[in-house]
Amino acid sequence: MIKSLLHRWLPSGRTGVIALPYFWLLFFFALPFFFVLKISFAQPDIAQPPYTPLVTQEENTTTIVLDTTKYSTILDEGKAFYHSLFDPETTWEQAKEESQYVVAYGNAIKLALYTMLLTLLIGYPLAYNIARANEATRNTLLMLVMIPFWTSFLLRVYAWIGILKPNGVINNVLMSMGLIDAPLEMLYTPFSVVIGMVYNYLPFMILPLYSTLVKLDGRLFEAAADLGASKVTTFFRITLPLSKAGIIAGCMMVFIPAVGEYVIPALLGGGDVVFIGNKLMDDFGANLDWPQAAAVAVVMLALLIAPIIWFHRFEQKQQEAAQ
Amino acid sequence: MNKMPTANKLFMLLGFFFLYAPIASLIIYSFNESRLVTVWGGFSLKWYGEMFNNDDLLAAAGLSFKIAFLAATLAVVLGTVAGFVLARFGAFRGHSLFAGLTTAPMVMPEVIVGLSMLLLFVSLQSSLGCSADDPGGLFTRLGCWAFGERGMITIWIGHTTLCMAYVAVLVQARLKELDRSLEDAAMDLGCHPFKVFFVITIPVIAPALVSGWLLSFTLSLDDYVLTAFLSGPGSTTLPQWIFSSVRIGPTPEVNALATVVIVIVTVFVVISNRLMLSAQAKRDRAMQAAFAGKTE
Repeated sequence: MIKSLLHRWLPSGRTGVIALPYFWLLFFFALPFFFVLKISFAQPDIAQPPYTPLVTQEENTTTIVLDTTKYSTILDEGKAFYHSLFDPETTWEQAKEESQYVVAYGNAIKLALYTMLLTLLIGYPLAYNIARANEATRNTLLMLVMIPFWTSFLLRVYAWIGILKPNGVINNVLMSMGLIDAPLEMLYTPFSVVIGMVYNYLPFMILPLYSTLVKLDGRLFEAAADLGASKVTTFFRITLPLSKAGIIAGCMMVFIPAVGEYVIPALLGGGDVVFIGNKLMDDFGANLDWPQAAAVAVVMLALLIAPIIWFHRFEQKQQEAAQ
Repeated sequence: MNKMPTANKLFMLLGFFFLYAPIASLIIYSFNESRLVTVWGGFSLKWYGEMFNNDDLLAAAGLSFKIAFLAATLAVVLGTVAGFVLARFGAFRGHSLFAGLTTAPMVMPEVIVGLSMLLLFVSLQSSLGCSADDPGGLFTRLGCWAFGERGMITIWIGHTTLCMAYVAVLVQARLKELDRSLEDAAMDLGCHPFKVFFVITIPVIAPALVSGWLLSFTLSLDDYVLTAFLSGPGSTTLPQWIFSSVRIGPTPEVNALATVVIVIVTVFVVISNRLMLSAQAKRDRAMQAAFAGKTE
């Protein structure tokens, strides 16, 4: 009697198993986005927490105030930037100075794209050669790719400061060889930020590429060779189209997080190359303007939602195909 | 390897040079006497001594290890369940939302995740109305203990959410590769699904769980951005210590720390790789034997 009642009222084992991770993700990952959206319509306040409430209650009237000034800050900058492009009076430097959010979004997207292309160019041949090696070598090579990835990310970024700075490794070597007289300016430039990102995101490109390339049937290449295809033709007509899944997965795994990068531009960009993540952290930390930080995050998410959904759909299709 | 054309070999060499040259330079300069990191002042071990006498660093490392251990463990539990649900449960209501939520933390920029979690915790804190004078009921007390102050628990929750995505993907991929017949056979023989999960599924996917735990541990140990949002005044983790000392100027102690980390990681990766390979070979042989026996 009691047992059957319990069976009716308690969720079934299946539902319980689904609910455990589902509720965790809904509560700690999905729900917080609504708070970001909510607080992006507030104003900063010297209080605890440091923003104004949206809903105020006075006697019997409840007022909801949605303040959109944080979004107009970003939007107005965008408009001003656009107009200054056609205005011969304002220089490029002035336009950039006055539109810091727009420049930060632009920097992030542009340098993330460069990073994505460079990791693809470097990662593809590496992944290809690892996949074609025999099994024992393959395992060792894959491990060699992974070891740097397992060491601290921050320490890997720090390593590049020592290499690129004016009295760093590269400049020391070039100057002692007499190739240059004065040290090259490499640190705190877009170049140093991109090289740091390529270095750190390379495994994210190599692994998905490797896992598609290793599954390719070797008989395809033999067939192509038998039919008289050159190596170049085989690569462009067979290998490349068949590894499309790995290319897309790798590119998205690099591009999306790279747009939101904070640590690399902070350490290797040194205030000269500012990403939108750095603006967000400044608003959050130094300026204590949480609503502005929230609005910046909402706009960033709006820019990234299309690639994120595309990546997810694509992964789903791959998973289904694998079954 | 021998069949590989020279151009490919050259490219591989360059690629691995790119991967390892920065690490080599970190290690070399950790033995440098001079504080100016890249100006060679002779061989010295003094920065290793300084590192082990730096109380801030040791405290930060201790906290980081504690959080990484907790986060990796909880992430393996939640991530395994999530991966299992995705691989074995077929369709259920809200399936696609669930699938999206499990993979999204891997690509979602950490500044967004960090800010949104912080705002959740701050909102919880103010709606619970935590105060020292009036502790409130059991629910409020529990809520205030967990979310009342930003610190270890909030960081733990943040890291777990990030890491469980990686575990879920690893577990899901491993389960998809596996033959379901073992699980089906046990189920046909009247074994309860929970027992099947613990007696059959878990041992078979153990390598994925081990690599998921290790990956989560390193991800948590390494995380700067989420921690920056979720930590309070009293909780400085190792990445936060590294970040602030690197920003101040050249710090040879960081090189010494890096060398120690690299040595530990390399030893660990090589050993676990060996163990995993031999375990896998053994299991594959056992499976082959079992299936061969079945068909005879």
